Amino acid sequence: MDAVLLSRIQFGVTVGFHFIFPPLTIGLAWIIYFMQRRFHQTGELIYQQMSRLWVRLLAISFVIGVASGIVMEFQFGTNWAEYSRYVGDIFGAPLAAEGILAFFLESAFIGVLIWGENRVSPTLYRLSSLLVAVGATLSAFWIIVANSWMQTPAGYHIVGSRAELTNFFQAVFNPSTLPRYLHTIDASFITGAFFVVGISAWMLLKNRQAEMAGKSLRIGLVVAVIACVVQLFLGHYHAVQVANTQPAKLAAMEAVFEDEQGASLLLFGLVDPENRTVNNKIAVPYLLSWLITGEPHAEIKGLNSFPETDWPPVKVVFYSYRPMIILGGAFILFTLWGLWLLKGGTVYNNRLFLRLAMIALPLPFIVNQLGWITAEVGRQPWIVYGLLRTADAASVNVPAAQILASLVMFVLIYILLLGLWIFLIAKELKSVSDANVNGKEVASAW
Amino acid sequence: MVALQITWFILIGILMAGYTVLAGFDLGAGYLFYRFRSAEEREAISYNLRPIWGVNQVWLLTGGGALFAAFPKVYAGVFSGFYLALMLLLLVLVLRAVAIEIKPEVNSARWIRFWDEAYFIGSALVCLLLGVAMGNLLAGIPLDVKGNYTGGFWDLLNLFAIGTGLFSVSLFALQGAGFLMAVGPDQLREKASQIAFRYWLVSLVLFLLLSVYCFINEPQVFANYYHYPLLYVIPALLVACYGIYPVVLKKMAAYIPMLVSSLLILSLWGVIGGAMFPALVPNAADPAASLTLYNSSSSLLTLKVMLILAIIGVPIVLFYIGVIYRQFFAGRSLSQSIDSSAGELSQ
Repeated sequence: MDAVLLSRIQFGVTVGFHFIFPPLTIGLAWIIYFMQRRFHQTGELIYQQMSRLWVRLLAISFVIGVASGIVMEFQFGTNWAEYSRYVGDIFGAPLAAEGILAFFLESAFIGVLIWGENRVSPTLYRLSSLLVAVGATLSAFWIIVANSWMQTPAGYHIVGSRAELTNFFQAVFNPSTLPRYLHTIDASFITGAFFVVGISAWMLLKNRQAEMAGKSLRIGLVVAVIACVVQLFLGHYHAVQVANTQPAKLAAMEAVFEDEQGASLLLFGLVDPENRTVNNKIAVPYLLSWLITGEPHAEIKGLNSFPETDWPPVKVVFYSYRPMIILGGAFILFTLWGLWLLKGGTVYNNRLFLRLAMIALPLPFIVNQLGWITAEVGRQPWIVYGLLRTADAASVNVPAAQILASLVMFVLIYILLLGLWIFLIAKELKSVSDANVNGKEVASAW
Repeated sequence: MVALQITWFILIGILMAGYTVLAGFDLGAGYLFYRFRSAEEREAISYNLRPIWGVNQVWLLTGGGALFAAFPKVYAGVFSGFYLALMLLLLVLVLRAVAIEIKPEVNSARWIRFWDEAYFIGSALVCLLLGVAMGNLLAGIPLDVKGNYTGGFWDLLNLFAIGTGLFSVSLFALQGAGFLMAVGPDQLREKASQIAFRYWLVSLVLFLLLSVYCFINEPQVFANYYHYPLLYVIPALLVACYGIYPVVLKKMAAYIPMLVSSLLILSLWGVIGGAMFPALVPNAADPAASLTLYNSSSSLLTLKVMLILAIIGVPIVLFYIGVIYRQFFAGRSLSQSIDSSAGELSQ
């Protein structure tokens, strides 16, 4: 197989696996901060006990996230050396900034949060959950900055065979940074909240630590409902930005093959790129034009406006984007129903809701992956939109056999890590009995 | 421009030095698992490493990012050139990260033993691979005109690089032993002190052997020192550290050897930087076509922006890392450490 394809697969596998964890840890870190703050406000021990349980789950998820993330910092150099030379003047800075300004903070204080409760001063421990959450949220900012520059490069000029920085603020706040950052952070809140709600629901159904589970559920549900409703607007904001800055991507997301005035929004359809058509479609007339521009009759650029060599793989983009939207809508309805039950005080006994909440736990993870696929496959065939093609960006001196070897290695490790993560989460939850919520069992030391 | 390029040459060195000094604690102590074989000893070590190993590793990630930002051609050339070696390094970094964190999750002797061994193997290989990589970079590697490495994987395992690999292991062992002496408890302290003495000797012998080897086979390493004799203050500092180490080990408080070995490692980075300047990757095929801080750096603006970020960020990072180390380790007597660990365990 050719080296570029193998590098693409490897990059997809490593980032895709890594991206399971940061949204969870960002959302969960904030929820833990809310729980600890509640403990300090009310003095009720139940909030302290509950935060201990969630910190254990955060710790397990964080380490798998870090382990898979180490690869990312080096992979641009190993597999994408031509890319690194081309963009290093701009792309390296946010990665370094992420380390210095954010990831140090997160990593330093997660050590305190996980291991420091009885070993550091109460003040430092109290600060730790907030600083972990802040550090994680800032980390995401710099990573999204780097990635957004690949989507909508700004603040640069081309000198010889590389892009050079002309304006740091324009490069950092390029047209897609803010919409993508807000969209992703909100998705992280949804992921963390559904995790908390789903596990709390399981505990309530199994009648384990019912009081703690109920209070966790309440906090998770409030976060979930706010985050899901806000995502409606943030997602919209992001889609409008894509239409303005990456119209070919939007055309693929919506399967618009011909320029269209008064474009309709597809709810369902089978896309057929060869014949440039969509079969069996269910569509709402004028809605797409109205959503993007505010005008029902406005024109939406179709893929015909772009040479076919610049098209992203339409099917992949279309079929990842659509379920993300549908599930996002379902999340809003589901969490609003939960809020209504919460107000009535019946949420804790509503077995249907609790069962659905358990089933819903993995869905935000899937939605995150779908959104990421939409964003990155939608950028193709460019690695830097409009500037550099992915096919021209790979390392030229790494033999395909070596990439295949590393790819096989990563796939095996990631399967093991995923299994380990699920096993340890399950084990941690099994140990939550009515008697003991401390969850910390360590082999004996002196 | 030149001043900024030199500043970034030094700053990359400081980040790498920061990594080896601080991560030296958890890498070195992990490597020393082969001397601390019982589950109790290993747990006592892990107990002290768990809160801080993660933040120590961030130095490497930040160093990688800073290298990418400041010298993209070096980042691209070295990392793609060392492909398999780097993948192996990533593998063992992942392994030891998982090992130390999840060991306490399951209370079974086999589980604990397995992850202790994994942490040992991972740490030992990281120590070795970093030294092998630095040895190759110091002696130079063959590059084509674009700055791509033209050798193969096995060429990296030459005699000199294996020597620097072992030297690196011995220094990490010294640093790890210093950490264990500083944080205790007493049973570890005594054993760690003996280990430190042995590795002081081993690393000194290796240092002398490698110096002689360079003198004969890689004389270009000394070129800067011939031209600027003032540079000799750096190796003089290194030699002074070697000289006082056994004295300090015998006579001074438990945390002083750790400080001396840290200074020793810092001065070694100074020696390496002094030898390589201005090259970041000397080209063994054509020394005139090396990747230097002049021809492989980012633009003036990028270096400037990055410097501002570093000036703001690094002192803050050092401040809170200092606070956290103090809180976890400073002024903790043996009995407190036992009580708190026992207290935590019994919960």
